[in-house]
Amino acid sequence: MKLLFDRIDQPNLNRLDTYRERGGYESLRRALAMSPDEVVAEIDASGLRGRGGAGFQMGKKASFIPKGDMDKYLVCNADESEPGTFKDRELMQKNPHQLIEGMGIAAHATGCNRAFVYIRGEYDYVADILEASLREAQEAGLLEHVILVVHRGAGAYICGEETALLDSLEGKRGNPRLKPPFPANQGLYQGPTLINNVETLSTVPHIIRMGGSEYAKLGTETSTGTKIVSVSGHVQRPGNYEIELGMSSRDIIFGLAGGPPEGRRVKLWFPGGSSSPVLTEEHLDLAYDFDSMAQAGSMLGSGSIIVVDDTTPVLDVAKWVAKFYTHESCGKCTPCREGTAWTLAMVERMDRGEATPMDLEIMSGVQEQIIGHCLCVLGDSMAMPIASMVKHFREELEEHIETARARREGLPVGDAPVPPEQVAV
Amino acid sequence: MTGTESGAFGVPRFAHGSRVPGWDRAADLEKDPEEVPDPATTPVPAELRAEIEEYMSRYPRVRSASIPALRAAQRHHGWCSPEAIEQVACVMRMTPAALTEVATFYDMTETEPRPPHHDVFVCTNISCSLRGAAEVYDAVCAAAEGEADIHARSFECLGACDIAPMASVDGVYVGPLEPADAATIVDDLRAGRPVLEDKQLARRPVADEEARA
Repeated sequence: MKLLFDRIDQPNLNRLDTYRERGGYESLRRALAMSPDEVVAEIDASGLRGRGGAGFQMGKKASFIPKGDMDKYLVCNADESEPGTFKDRELMQKNPHQLIEGMGIAAHATGCNRAFVYIRGEYDYVADILEASLREAQEAGLLEHVILVVHRGAGAYICGEETALLDSLEGKRGNPRLKPPFPANQGLYQGPTLINNVETLSTVPHIIRMGGSEYAKLGTETSTGTKIVSVSGHVQRPGNYEIELGMSSRDIIFGLAGGPPEGRRVKLWFPGGSSSPVLTEEHLDLAYDFDSMAQAGSMLGSGSIIVVDDTTPVLDVAKWVAKFYTHESCGKCTPCREGTAWTLAMVERMDRGEATPMDLEIMSGVQEQIIGHCLCVLGDSMAMPIASMVKHFREELEEHIETARARREGLPVGDAPVPPEQVAV
Repeated sequence: MTGTESGAFGVPRFAHGSRVPGWDRAADLEKDPEEVPDPATTPVPAELRAEIEEYMSRYPRVRSASIPALRAAQRHHGWCSPEAIEQVACVMRMTPAALTEVATFYDMTETEPRPPHHDVFVCTNISCSLRGAAEVYDAVCAAAEGEADIHARSFECLGACDIAPMASVDGVYVGPLEPADAATIVDDLRAGRPVLEDKQLARRPVADEEARA
């Protein structure tokens, strides 16, 4: 079942006439003939959960937007920067009108008169495509109820966090805000703001076309619909795949993406981008949906599977994760700013052979002090996967630490007997 | 650092007196607080002014245009120099300090002197590193060594893990790369050709076979 990815490689799909030939903008026309409340009710009935990471129901979020005559804003979060995630890029590059139509419908449903697409600065070429398509739609008079602007960022992972995104869109440094108030009440320019991910908004035209209750029949009861899964890392066919939620994780990793190269085994996998706690081989048969991933102690996140096979040491993965979040911490909250840097320093120390297995305890302690203690979840996004790696791979990490230490101190590596002259007294 | 020298308190300054920006630098105690630049004494290239004013017109509040305006100034000057920031401040009627804090925050706004150059961003995040990004990055650095107008740097996830290991060359995504591609990238840039044409992401079909037309 392909909705978002339906014939996505059709030539010139980014052109208005091609998109219209296959029924594009019909949903917008139909939505504009409905009352805003009816549109919100359809979205609510679909059970669509946010595709950006948090998985909050879009219909609920839209219903939080206050009614009445005031400046209200719709913001599409296209700051896709989560390591392992590249679905929004393909959606916007190949089918930009689908997103524009979804935004038109969402703006009507919530009464937003201004809309912005906050696209990450590195996606300049995608922004060019999106802007060209937007101009076509505006010139054709399809978006008369809302002023839509494509806003390009300048490279900051934190701007994918909704309140940091709003500050950045207001022209400031991308620092997260204290919540509450939530953006639905006080968001952009202090006005009510609905923020949704590219994939979420791109799904909206399909919900209006099919009807909310029909859409809800796809997927599982609490994870309805289809999802674009970005599979990367040690797989033979990395890429984006549209699946129905609830499909077995093994079928995605091995069936669609081809699994790790011959003769190698899956050691660990991130089910929802680098921020999600890692899972192991024994979790491969879990259904890929919001609840199954949460029950296994992880999360569906942005729907990005990163597969790591048995040729890569876990400590290397921890180092890449820690390095990324250290670089991207905005520096506003101390536990995150200091905690990420501390964790990176400790992981590097382990790798250099200057640590003892006891440092794993200290490192886990640092993670506990980050989680839940900051304005946003950037710190948690490092702490949770690092803590999960220590939990699932403690033996390997201890061995890595001991081996590195022995190598550094010139001692024999592994189980070889220690020469008597080197035995510490 | 070119064109700068250390002033009092060890604060690096440009020849015309402005402090070199950077969050980790000491506070500048010598200089008066900057004010909104005077249009009469701050010449702004007409082309740049027009572009910034166009950005300002897109938003309900002009300050929202600061990132696009700074990027426009960077395209014009090669980097966000104090002069560039002053020009943006003059057009937007903001203080240079408010824009400097934005310019130092983001990865794509350069606050260190750099002549006009080609950017080669090599992704070294998880998915690319799993597939050999370290070797590719070393090869790109080696190939770009001595080429003053090619600026190679490692970058965080660029959102193209399907072509890992990958790089963004002046905004064009290419991959999957091998260390041998580094020399081709430099040659293509030298010759002004499209970079690694057969490895450009824009030409790649979707991985999901059932989604193909």
